[in-house]
Amino acid sequence: MFMLNTLYKEMILEHYKRPRNRGVLEEATVIQEGTNPSCGDELELYLQIEGGVICKIRFIGEGCAISQASTSMMTEAVRERTVEGALELSQKFKAMIHGAPPAEELGDLRLLQGVSKLHARVKCATLPWTTLEQVLRTLARLEGETKRELG
Amino acid sequence: MGLDPHVLRGDFPILRREVNGKPLVYFDNAASSQKPRQVIEAMTEYYFNHHANVHRGAHTLSVEATEMYEGVRRKVARFLGAADPASVIFTRNTTEAMNLVAHSWARSVLEPGDEIVVTAAEHHANLVPWHLLAAERGVAVRGVGLRPDHRVDLDELEEVVGERTRLVSTWHMSNVLGVINPIARIAELAHRVGALLLVDGAQAAPHLPVDVEALGADFYAISGHKMCGPTGAGALWARPEILREMPPFLGGGEMIRKVFLDSSTYADIPMRFEAGTPNIAEVIGLGAAVDYLETIGLDAIFEHDQALVRYALERLQALQGVTLYGPEGDDRGGILAFNIDGIHPHDVATALDQEGIAVRAGHHCAQPLMRTLNAQAMARASFYFYNTEGEIDRLVDAVAKAREFFAAFA
Repeated sequence: MFMLNTLYKEMILEHYKRPRNRGVLEEATVIQEGTNPSCGDELELYLQIEGGVICKIRFIGEGCAISQASTSMMTEAVRERTVEGALELSQKFKAMIHGAPPAEELGDLRLLQGVSKLHARVKCATLPWTTLEQVLRTLARLEGETKRELG
Repeated sequence: MGLDPHVLRGDFPILRREVNGKPLVYFDNAASSQKPRQVIEAMTEYYFNHHANVHRGAHTLSVEATEMYEGVRRKVARFLGAADPASVIFTRNTTEAMNLVAHSWARSVLEPGDEIVVTAAEHHANLVPWHLLAAERGVAVRGVGLRPDHRVDLDELEEVVGERTRLVSTWHMSNVLGVINPIARIAELAHRVGALLLVDGAQAAPHLPVDVEALGADFYAISGHKMCGPTGAGALWARPEILREMPPFLGGGEMIRKVFLDSSTYADIPMRFEAGTPNIAEVIGLGAAVDYLETIGLDAIFEHDQALVRYALERLQALQGVTLYGPEGDDRGGILAFNIDGIHPHDVATALDQEGIAVRAGHHCAQPLMRTLNAQAMARASFYFYNTEGEIDRLVDAVAKAREFFAAFA
């Protein structure tokens, strides 16, 4: 039987109570809003991206322990990664949440694996990653368009 | 006359199942109630022996299906205290009934500058249809606030309802606060300025006796699936004289009188508003649900709900760090929204689910109310006649346990 502490591991609750990188990032180059309309979770990601690398990332928002901890852990995991690297990590994270064995590269993010057993909570854990993917994909597209225009 | 939940539970096969190794406690009745064997069997019997399309064929099955379907219309009319069965339109649910009023009545009658008055505690189904219309027609939606005790501020309502008001639209029982609106008084205020009153009866109709005439409503919308019926069958009741003047909602088969290539004329009520093949089996299931509820008695159901919510309020109030929403009093039904300090309601719901207890968590399709009460979300336990005090004891224990679990990391 699934137990509460399988999902809410100590470190997850610690991130929930003391989230990392929480707050507005004044020097952000992009801001992306993410929502979970079915439950009301709200998130705003602030990123400073330079030379294709996520230099700084912060967030504000309201939500459950899973979504807040997942967001906090994500900000730690993607900082100083390239846009491509962050997108790859996102795919691996989502694969785990949907039931695949966790990739080693996920590190501490693997603590969220318990969510894969609780279908009702999958969206809570993936909200920050989906929001991040959205902004990174938009950026990549804009960059492509700029290059085409210049070329 | 009281009812015995332990006996009635025997009619609900699902209530015998376990969830996460614990006997199921189903406290999500405001979202959708469970179905008794009698309703499920009525639908099966219809499919086994009587199914054909309604209002068409001259053959025996079609006549039988039509009689069964129209029989439910008479039953629902009686259930709502309406004299004329033609004043009952079958819809999928309350949401569709509200949209029917918006698209048909409001769209043909309202003019720029007209106002629709709602309260701060509406379900999105009683807001979004008006927003869509407001953008199209230049009508304004005005909201009335709540008093500190979470009842609608009738003084403010009296001020807001004015000569531009064409419709007052509000709930009979709030899906979050459990409070019952004084509909007869609200009807008076609306009618004084010549406005109509639409009542969202999704939560009230399953739990207390409804008499649309006594309430003074002009429209009354219900969902069958919250009152032991299947999903996909609900109804709109409207005053027949209003309904007769309303243009069709959806166009298609069944709702016509004559059709030419370039134009058509429309059927009388109620057929004018039921385009296409309806949810026949579901409507028949709704009829069985009405029979079932009337056998128990709506007075007895309401009394039972009230006893449960009183007991739950009393027990949860005794816990530290639990915020309860909605007023206490005779105008309170069996819905109880709450929050536990420092724990998000989604996490509360997951913790309770581990104990086999089903509650809803989130904004309950009432985001403006969440803002009014300064809550991002809430957990909600909602009761019905098959729930018991013993189940509330399990809820209280599980709430205490969840609080303890999450507090360990504070």
